[in-house]
Amino acid sequence: MPIAKRRGAPALGRPPDLLESRAFQEAARPAPDHQPLNQILQPAGGNASSAESDNVADLHGVDYSIGGKAVFRGLDIGIRRGDVTAIMGPSGTGKTTLLRLITGQLRADRGRVVVDGLDVAGLDRRELFALRRRMGMLFQNGALLTDLDVFENVAFPMREHARLPERLVRSLVLSKLHAVGLRGAARLMPQELSGGMGRRVALARAIVMDPQILLYDEPFAGLDPISMGVVMRLIRSLNDALGISSVVVTHDVREISQIADASYILSDGQVVASGTPAELREHPSPVVHQFMEGLADGPVNFHYPAPDYRTQLLDRSEAA
Amino acid sequence: MRQSRTIDISTGLFVLLGFAAILFLVTQITNREFSLRGESYRVQAQFENVGGLKPGAPVSMAGVTIGRVESIGYDMNLFKAIVTLRIDASYDQIPNDSDASILTAGLLGGQYIGISPGGSDQSFHDGDRVEFVQDAIVLENLISKYLFSQAGSREQGAAAPAPKE
Amino acid sequence: MTGVPGELAASLARFLERLGGMTRFAGRVLWLSPAALLRPRLVVEQVYNTGALSLVIIMTCGLFVGMVLGLQGHDLLQRFGSEESLGTGAALSLLKELGPVVTALLFAGRAGTALASELGLMRATDQLSAMEVMAVDPMRRVVVPRFLGGLISMPLLTAVFIAVALFGVQLIGVQFLGVDQGQFWSQMRGAVELDDVREGLVKGLVFGVACSLIAVFEGYNAQPTAEGVGRATTRTVVISAVVTLVLDYILTALML
Repeated sequence: MPIAKRRGAPALGRPPDLLESRAFQEAARPAPDHQPLNQILQPAGGNASSAESDNVADLHGVDYSIGGKAVFRGLDIGIRRGDVTAIMGPSGTGKTTLLRLITGQLRADRGRVVVDGLDVAGLDRRELFALRRRMGMLFQNGALLTDLDVFENVAFPMREHARLPERLVRSLVLSKLHAVGLRGAARLMPQELSGGMGRRVALARAIVMDPQILLYDEPFAGLDPISMGVVMRLIRSLNDALGISSVVVTHDVREISQIADASYILSDGQVVASGTPAELREHPSPVVHQFMEGLADGPVNFHYPAPDYRTQLLDRSEAA
Repeated sequence: MRQSRTIDISTGLFVLLGFAAILFLVTQITNREFSLRGESYRVQAQFENVGGLKPGAPVSMAGVTIGRVESIGYDMNLFKAIVTLRIDASYDQIPNDSDASILTAGLLGGQYIGISPGGSDQSFHDGDRVEFVQDAIVLENLISKYLFSQAGSREQGAAAPAPKE
Repeated sequence: MTGVPGELAASLARFLERLGGMTRFAGRVLWLSPAALLRPRLVVEQVYNTGALSLVIIMTCGLFVGMVLGLQGHDLLQRFGSEESLGTGAALSLLKELGPVVTALLFAGRAGTALASELGLMRATDQLSAMEVMAVDPMRRVVVPRFLGGLISMPLLTAVFIAVALFGVQLIGVQFLGVDQGQFWSQMRGAVELDDVREGLVKGLVFGVACSLIAVFEGYNAQPTAEGVGRATTRTVVISAVVTLVLDYILTALML
């Protein structure tokens, strides 16, 4: 295994032969709209391709409803290039829907969704697919293909989009698996993996094509403390090592606050607060406070709306 | 990847089995044995009543299939059914005074043309017409004939034994 | 909505909506089908999935259907003194009706449910969504190969069913009930036309298209929950059965 030997870098550090593999990729199949070398030569924070701003993705005044119910109203979010951006909020605020708006799987009713300088709504099928090749997404339950083993799952995007020689595929897959610490599990089937392992494999698959944006849908949900720690470290280190931008949708406040550069808190279809985790902890709004501290009662009620307690109890005893 | 070899082999076997079944059905259970390969010639016969005779029905002599009924038409002038028979060229010695009857195979079977040879020393050629024909037996006529003959025999006296039921 | 008429109207609207969706879906599947043949690996896997794995049930049921046909047919024909026609009767009824229809129903039950539940599960565990995000069209990768697999398998399974059933008829009729072997086959040969075989195989193909499409549609559009997958599986069997029998009538009328 020639992979980790060269610089003696720690297991979660920068994958050593990344430059080489990128160069090979370019030689094997140049993707005209993707400039990976730019990314790696310019550290997080700078940019080359986007004309507009520092943002890799923007939502301007986005409205979206499902079945008549408004999910988002006039949503404004900016994802800075190179940052780990957290999107938080109580359950049911449509955080997953937000990710789907970014990938173009859903179309906003009103407003603009701009990713990498392109208006998502204006793209046709082919352009949309080209854009998606520059994104990676980690689903809540991993979403590994159940009829392929771990190796094939990670290799899947490559096999579908490029015709690379088998040896190159092998090195790339193994290097990504190594980055998430699961190189030894390459031949297991998804059913044989624990939740945390499955999620890590899904992460390896998400980064295998060197995306510019990584989207995480509730990456910490249902994990034990150790796995949570692992995932946290991976999100942060991959973001910095690969020079990408990450969007993490979660409600695990404690975990995400340790690694996020910027955060948004959504409630009732709108942004109620934004800033660094430190700023949010000091935020005056009671909703934000309740959320960040995990308080049982506050602006978000503990009690589901119900008639007066005493009246209801007495009613029953009357009938009896 | 090893698993895929098993899948390939099994699928191949399945497809093979399927095609074998189709082949079996096509060859073993249809009457394609007389698909008229080779030469054949046409002969015509006119009937008052063809009964249930259908195109494709066999034409046989002494029980051996020598041809097929090609088509059945109706002549408005003669008020007869015109049946065209296609006979295999290897049977070119059929006396041209043979007769063609419409017979039934088994009790409920399909109808076919049976040819009984005559005594002529000349044979049928392409385009000839069969002189002597026997129409299909219509069941109703048969029954009424039987009943009629029964009524007749009863008149001749009680001495005549009752027919077997 | 006002009571029963309102309910009916709503149901009708839902039915039409589903029908329309299904037609569009079917159109897209058919449109993408030729391209899928360029990835034979996927199609072969699905032929295995729907066909080879259904062989056991098809052959078993075929054998027993044939044997029952032999028993019943012999009993019936005996009343008319035409036992030798057993071969004819069995072959014709199998080829034209029993074969394609029973095979289609068995196919829907075994392969159809497999397809629906696989796709439903993929839907429920976000695998299809993941594919979309990875810029892989799930229709091409997952749906169309399954459709083609079912389409190829059905006529083959039908043929196998009929062949095995005939063997079953022969087993009971000739071996056990004493029908003459020679008569059995020669009578059959005398009465069965190539057209009848063609009729059976065409029906098999058409039923294959229908049942595969239904299974694949229900699975792909299942609600992404556990009950959703279960419901999709049930609907597959029910709708496949009804559609098969309706198509059977239409095809029979057309081909006679």
